[in-house]
Amino acid sequence: MSVNTDEAATRLGELEKCLLNDFQREFPLSPTPYADIAARLGTTEQAVLETLERLQAQGVVSRIGPVFRPHRLGASLLAAMAVPAERLLEVAELVSGYPEVNHNYEREHRFNLWFVLTAASAGRIEEVLEEIEQRSGLPVMALPMVESYHADLGFDLKW
Amino acid sequence: MVENTVDHDLIEAIQGGLPLVARPYAAIGQRIGLTESETIRRIAALIQEGAIKRFGVVVRHHELGYRANAMVVWDVPDHEVSALGRCLGRFDCVTLCYRRPRRPPHWPYNLFSMIHGRDRQTVLAHVAHIVEVCGLEDVRHEVLFSRRRFKQRGAFYQLPNRVPQVGVRRRSAEQDLLV
Repeated sequence: MSVNTDEAATRLGELEKCLLNDFQREFPLSPTPYADIAARLGTTEQAVLETLERLQAQGVVSRIGPVFRPHRLGASLLAAMAVPAERLLEVAELVSGYPEVNHNYEREHRFNLWFVLTAASAGRIEEVLEEIEQRSGLPVMALPMVESYHADLGFDLKW
Repeated sequence: MVENTVDHDLIEAIQGGLPLVARPYAAIGQRIGLTESETIRRIAALIQEGAIKRFGVVVRHHELGYRANAMVVWDVPDHEVSALGRCLGRFDCVTLCYRRPRRPPHWPYNLFSMIHGRDRQTVLAHVAHIVEVCGLEDVRHEVLFSRRRFKQRGAFYQLPNRVPQVGVRRRSAEQDLLV
């Protein structure tokens, strides 16, 4: 950290770090959660709201809300495709176009397109996979979760 | 499975995130005809029941400087997969760890882990450390670094027999879609 760092900016940086790291779980379930967070961090409710708004606008915060346990509310599935390089963008756009697809990544492998689908039913996921295969003319490899070994207690950012 | 209608309405109302207003639970409740205290009580119950595994600030690793993320896949003997999965799942850098089916002949791997780091070298160092600690020296594995992110957002559950909230859904999807 620079010696000449403006003190207000430093404080704001600290507030951002606390908001990002310390409230990934056990977010206050009280009528005024942002005021309660402010009280704990020694700042104002307005500062908390403004900081969160900015972090959300920057895309650092996706949302403040629930992370659902897979398979409790509906079905989800990881799938992969081996797409010829020259067709990757076209097929990726086709896949991303489905509202059931919530993650879609290119990875360094012969299986170069990886995506996650969620829907109310396993039947709907099956339909989407079949449609993707039909429209792309390429097979989709379905990799359902068999067992989970990780609790997802949030991510320690280790500043 | 979450079965009742009140919870379905509540899940649809909160899955895009709490509004940034002084009384967010009152605002959510107002949308679906619940009081503020009922809204809080039902969210607490969904957490207690395990339908919500955590409730709070959901961050994006990439925007925070965790630029490298790799899916590391392992071909583990079937009788050892649970023990090794739990060993991997204990590392801070491992954000997901699942058993999945092999798909021979193209795909021999049955244990999947997601590993985040500030750069490729850090991720590879994490992998080497995990190999050593969990005794995976003889286990075939591959590191699939992510290249382009075409889409990333929270899961949207469109629950059965509900009228989709098109406006809410669309705004939230666009907000989270980073190509």
